Amino acid sequence: MASLPNDDTATGAAENPELARLFAGYTISATAWLVFATFVALVLAYKFGAPDFGSGAWLTFGRLRPIHTNATFYGWASIALVGTAYYVAARSCRTRLYSIRLGWVGLWLFNLAALLGTIALDLGYNSGDLEYREWPWPIRVIFAAALVVTAVNLLATVARRSTDDIYLSNWYIMGGVLWTVIIATVGILPWYQYGLGQVAVSGFYMHNAVGLWFTPLALGIFYYALPKLLSRPIYSYALGILAFWTNLLFYPIIGSHHFLFSPLPWWLQTTAIVFSVAMLVPVWGGSANFLLTMRGRFGEVAHSYPLGFILIGVVGYLVGSTQGTLEAFRSLQQVWHLTSFTVGHSHLTMYGFVTFAIWGGIYALLPAATGKQAGRLGMAAHFWLAVVGSFIYVIAMSIGGTIQGLDWVQGKPFIQSVIDIGPFYVWRGVGGILMFLSHLVFAWNVWRMTLGHGAGSTVQPAPLAAEAA
Amino acid sequence: MRQLILIAGGSTLVYFMLALIMGVIPGFELSQTLPGPGVKPLTAIEAEGRDVYVSNGCSYCHTQQVRPLPEDKIFGRPSTAGDFAYQTPELLGSERTGPDLTNVAERRGSQLWQYIHLYNPRAVVPQSIMPSFAWMFRVVDKAPKGVTPVPLPKAFAPSSGVVIPSHKAEALVAYLMSLKQAPLPHAEGSEGAAAPSGASGGSAQTTAPKAAAQQAGGADIAHGKQLYDDNCAACHQATGTGMAGAFPPLKGNAVVNDADPTEHIHVVLFGLQGKAVDGVKYDSPMPAWGQQFSDKEIADIIDFERSAWGNHGKQITAADVAAVRAKGAGK
Repeated sequence: MASLPNDDTATGAAENPELARLFAGYTISATAWLVFATFVALVLAYKFGAPDFGSGAWLTFGRLRPIHTNATFYGWASIALVGTAYYVAARSCRTRLYSIRLGWVGLWLFNLAALLGTIALDLGYNSGDLEYREWPWPIRVIFAAALVVTAVNLLATVARRSTDDIYLSNWYIMGGVLWTVIIATVGILPWYQYGLGQVAVSGFYMHNAVGLWFTPLALGIFYYALPKLLSRPIYSYALGILAFWTNLLFYPIIGSHHFLFSPLPWWLQTTAIVFSVAMLVPVWGGSANFLLTMRGRFGEVAHSYPLGFILIGVVGYLVGSTQGTLEAFRSLQQVWHLTSFTVGHSHLTMYGFVTFAIWGGIYALLPAATGKQAGRLGMAAHFWLAVVGSFIYVIAMSIGGTIQGLDWVQGKPFIQSVIDIGPFYVWRGVGGILMFLSHLVFAWNVWRMTLGHGAGSTVQPAPLAAEAA
Repeated sequence: MRQLILIAGGSTLVYFMLALIMGVIPGFELSQTLPGPGVKPLTAIEAEGRDVYVSNGCSYCHTQQVRPLPEDKIFGRPSTAGDFAYQTPELLGSERTGPDLTNVAERRGSQLWQYIHLYNPRAVVPQSIMPSFAWMFRVVDKAPKGVTPVPLPKAFAPSSGVVIPSHKAEALVAYLMSLKQAPLPHAEGSEGAAAPSGASGGSAQTTAPKAAAQQAGGADIAHGKQLYDDNCAACHQATGTGMAGAFPPLKGNAVVNDADPTEHIHVVLFGLQGKAVDGVKYDSPMPAWGQQFSDKEIADIIDFERSAWGNHGKQITAADVAAVRAKGAGK
């Protein structure tokens, strides 16, 4: 089996300005959504301390909150991951992207969906407060259409590869896009979504939309960017394949752990817990694979910010997913479920893992595509603001959420839990401000890597060591 | 090509099967869950109110699921499958930044309270961080016939004119007032009158030895305060002062300080409506708490009220409550 994304400069992006433009277009668009979504987040965080701030229908908390989550999921992370996936697929298959035009069509569809979805939510058109599928269904159909376009383009690209084997990154990328077409469809069709039936579908949907969309695409970036940055093959190709299949088999089963102690059938809840534990296989296997690929070279993180972002992403994956397993135990869920601890967990995973993975991928690959570098100072400022900010955020929500849960267990009056978590809401805001500032710096860096003047001279794509496992 | 079909096609087929088994099939089956006894569909205005609830994202902070855990007991009896038969979209929620609303009509049974609270939650719960929904209300010079203006405390009222709810607010409150758990028939039958609902029955069992000990040694006032803060303070306030024009004070209240506790117990057990309290008439009814709390719990609440804020009513026991309960609401 091939063990390295063994791309060929002749068909590389340096020779293919169209692919570079597409990659840049996705990145710029995603970055705009990131800045927007996290600006909304600051308003939301502020409201916890000043609930009368921005009262009025359009700025009310319950409308802005789904705008934040959906813009982050479908505006920022989805668009950024697809843009990177196109680049990774074309390069690792040593071929040109099947259709640049389809790539742009997909980008317009993703943006159209995210824009219409945001407007609809702010006007109060919310499809049932069902998490991550709040957009009215016609808008979700547009998003699904963008997924189909992306799937066709990626499959056709892999089909015309000039390598013998399909490199591991493409397994994750193709799988993620194809499975998500199914998830989106299951979420939209109404016939099995009444009352408790919809609860079962919600459990399935909200977890799969995360774990079989963002996770495989982000892992696809790791498997490509890490060997490229280190000029060294992935530690174990076979372990990567094991993680691929186990992730596929276990992840779809664990969604109901969002509804433990609910009237959902006992078997559905218990299998969810059992497989939440089984998820340690792909998570630890995958994380070990990445960390072992870096073995003996951790010192290089000090010189390479792209590597730094990826390292944080790997740690975020390991810690966040392991935490998810722990949260699924009934004994721990009894304290943590329904508290802000969950909010900390979702940021540890969507931010500490997925978002850092995307950043690592963009810093590692975009300069190679466009020939323009982000400045070192800019990357440093982005890195440290984001790391410190998200650390404060996650710690504040974890402690605050635990206190909330313990207050309830001790039978204190409910309002006491609102009072006790108050200071931690403030700390969350502090972390959030740092995170938002890091996004502004990131936007500046993206500008330099794409439309603006890059730092330093044109860079050649990093040399790639070619060998087999 | 074979490799591509195996990886992309094979994994997608596997995923498709799993999506059927874990999502679609349970969805089909559970969609046919029959409504539990006493669970009714919403009326037209209540359904309209649910749309207001959804479009403003209430369920991002409020759950509608009571778990079979001791900590959830304050929100009602554990939810059963039949409770959700008419709940589409499902509004179980994932966070309790605010309290669970499954049974809010029982716990906050006053429409007036709901209006004040929606207009500005801090008017009734000073520490609340819920948004104000003042934009669902209108300020007019004079309330039209048949519409009761929202009795806001001075600090929260507009400088001139009165506040009346818009149609949206009326629908939303109608929906909130529909959130009431149907009692589970078997629980009532087996527990008898002393511990009426399934939830409090269960807890009475676990706290029985403690309760017995305290009946000998006196009331559990700390527990009474907890229950009061959760269930009574929203209207009567943590300071016992109530809200002028809306909810009567308990501090210095004649019934609370009466040496004969019968009427005090009666009001808490069975509620009160349309009767003047210390010479003042109030529009909103006092809900009946007898179905939600055991005799011991009601005794604790009453003993707390009778000893707090400078009150000095005679302390009572669970036996006193049982005696009033046995006579029934008519007396």
